[in-house]
Amino acid sequence: MTQSPTRKTFLRDGGDGRAVHDVGGLDFGPIDRHEHDLALWEKRTDAMLILLASKKDVFKIDAMRRVIEDYGQQEYDRTTYYEKWIRAIRNLLVEQEVISADEVDRRVQEVAAQHRKAGREVASDSIDWNGSAPR
Amino acid sequence: MSAHARIATRFTIGDRVVVANRTTLGHCRTPWYLRGRTGTVAEVQGGYHDPERLAYHKPGLPMQVLYKVRFLQSDLWRAYQGPASDHLEADIYESWLELAP
Repeated sequence: MTQSPTRKTFLRDGGDGRAVHDVGGLDFGPIDRHEHDLALWEKRTDAMLILLASKKDVFKIDAMRRVIEDYGQQEYDRTTYYEKWIRAIRNLLVEQEVISADEVDRRVQEVAAQHRKAGREVASDSIDWNGSAPR
Repeated sequence: MSAHARIATRFTIGDRVVVANRTTLGHCRTPWYLRGRTGTVAEVQGGYHDPERLAYHKPGLPMQVLYKVRFLQSDLWRAYQGPASDHLEADIYESWLELAP
């Protein structure tokens, strides 16, 4: 059996005690209301979540929220909607011991190598899956 | 298992309720800006598995009654400019609510 994750909350700087993600009512400037297309990987991320949470019941959507809320403030503010999702999905699959961290890293390296071979640019920095939150 | 169930409810439509003003450790669905605020129960939505437990891969028991609570915007935001009747409704679980004094 996997171990139950611990409860923790990271507070927003100057947020008077509110958690990093709980930004309702803070001033973040005007909202960009333009529609925009989703990238293929974003649609795939959406599909993966439906399969894992609704069909396979690997984790509940509440667990995904919890993992996203565990990112540090810098990472939470910097990442996009689906970047938060795909990290959370990876972290939950590792937490639930469906796949190992090594398996994910190996596969990321393989895909990166394929892209380099095809002449595409690949970011060389490693991925901080846990989003810099203190652990 | 169904998403919601008939279970005993503590509050009823029209009750004035206060949202607990507590800090959290871990996942919860009660927004910060509503904590300590008073509203009115607008709807009793039934029992749901507790998201604060589901988030940690627990079964989500005991189930929690979910309420739709209505707040006046002018009670929430300092110097609110809109009409006095403007309000918002939020889903709040029973463990976060107390009867208003």
